[in-house]
Amino acid sequence: MEHGSYADNSNATFSLTDEDHTLANAVRFSLNQDPRVSFCGYSIPHPSDNRVNIRVQTTGAPAREVLKDACQDLMMMCQHVRSTLDVAVADFKLRTPPKEDEDTDMK
Amino acid sequence: MDQFRNNFRVEVIRFSDDGMDMEFDMIGIDPALANAFRRILIAEVPTMAIEKVFIANNTSLIQDEVLAHRLGLIPISVDPRLFEYAESNAPNERNTIVFKLHVQCAKYSEEEKGQSKKKKDEKKVPPRITVKAKDLKWLPKGSEFYLESEDSNSNSTSKSKTYTSFTCSQDSLPEFSNIKIGFKEPLDDINIARLGPGQEIELEAQAVKGVGKTHAKWSPVATAWYRMLPEVVLLEEIEDEDAETLKKKCPVGVFDIEDIANGRKRSTVARPRACTLCRECIRGGEEWEKRVSLRRVKDHFIFTIESTGALPPEVLFTEAVKILESKCERVISELS
Repeated sequence: MEHGSYADNSNATFSLTDEDHTLANAVRFSLNQDPRVSFCGYSIPHPSDNRVNIRVQTTGAPAREVLKDACQDLMMMCQHVRSTLDVAVADFKLRTPPKEDEDTDMK
Repeated sequence: MDQFRNNFRVEVIRFSDDGMDMEFDMIGIDPALANAFRRILIAEVPTMAIEKVFIANNTSLIQDEVLAHRLGLIPISVDPRLFEYAESNAPNERNTIVFKLHVQCAKYSEEEKGQSKKKKDEKKVPPRITVKAKDLKWLPKGSEFYLESEDSNSNSTSKSKTYTSFTCSQDSLPEFSNIKIGFKEPLDDINIARLGPGQEIELEAQAVKGVGKTHAKWSPVATAWYRMLPEVVLLEEIEDEDAETLKKKCPVGVFDIEDIANGRKRSTVARPRACTLCRECIRGGEEWEKRVSLRRVKDHFIFTIESTGALPPEVLFTEAVKILESKCERVISELS
């Protein structure tokens, strides 16, 4: 759900149901990486509602598109995290064949 | 984005012997993301847990509701990805695992019964049974309890209804063909109850898929946490006696001593990772605060995952990242 004005689509508040800090904070971080964003923040209006409000204000671009791009970026980061982890785990398992994990201090 | 790509690294530090605990470093990531992964691991990665318990007989000391609660908390070693959420559907072979528990403790023998109470007490070991998780037996064909109404109306029909509506045995499904649903060692050794002479428990338990935010029994991790890498910096050269004192001050052995020319010694920071930020090294006067600085590397996370056994930790983490992706996808599709 989106609350904004018809005249100016560069500022808007998005209300997401069934979400919490997990997504909202990650999206806030991702929005802050975008130079088009002049302000963004989120709030949980009431702790017993499953809802977060995300406020996006931009320097001119439509807020809706900027939020979509932020989510897209977040997904790309997740994919990168996943592939990096897979490689690291595979490497580790090659390096240390099962049953000999004494070196907890590798650094 | 490119900057993130170039800077992000993962280093696996250790796996426990059973492969269910894992520690790894994530370097070059924002706390918002690291925390999202941690929160999802604890509260939103699904597992299977016992949700409904049908008690036919319970003469043990432990009450029905306490027994049911205990059963719910036992971790089941089965891949939850093979199952669907039950939601409001009837329990079927795609969303439910049924377990049976039927245990009975031996009664006193006839000879003992006749004896006076006093004599009975003298007998060394009265019959006792400890009920363990391994006593729960998987029923691939579903419930064996018949619905009562069905029984009274039509006991002539050969197929009376049970509490589950399995259309086939889970044994016959290809995805379950080469796995054993149940409790993996050492988790099969969890105590459920203790029975005295003549006591009996007979019940059926239905396990369904769920997530940790509904109830902690569905959490796939004992816990998952991260800490930032400590950074210990010596602000000035610390030599000779001071170096020895500093080495002794630290309870976890962060500092070491190296020899420099002319038999002199100098402090070095050898193991910053071991530092617990206890601040013991900067105690004892202002001069120490000026010598040592305790910091944290803000984008270096030491992540630890302790799995409860349903899935190995690296798979859990991958699942958590996928869940965050699907959340983003949902927002994008709702905005389009």
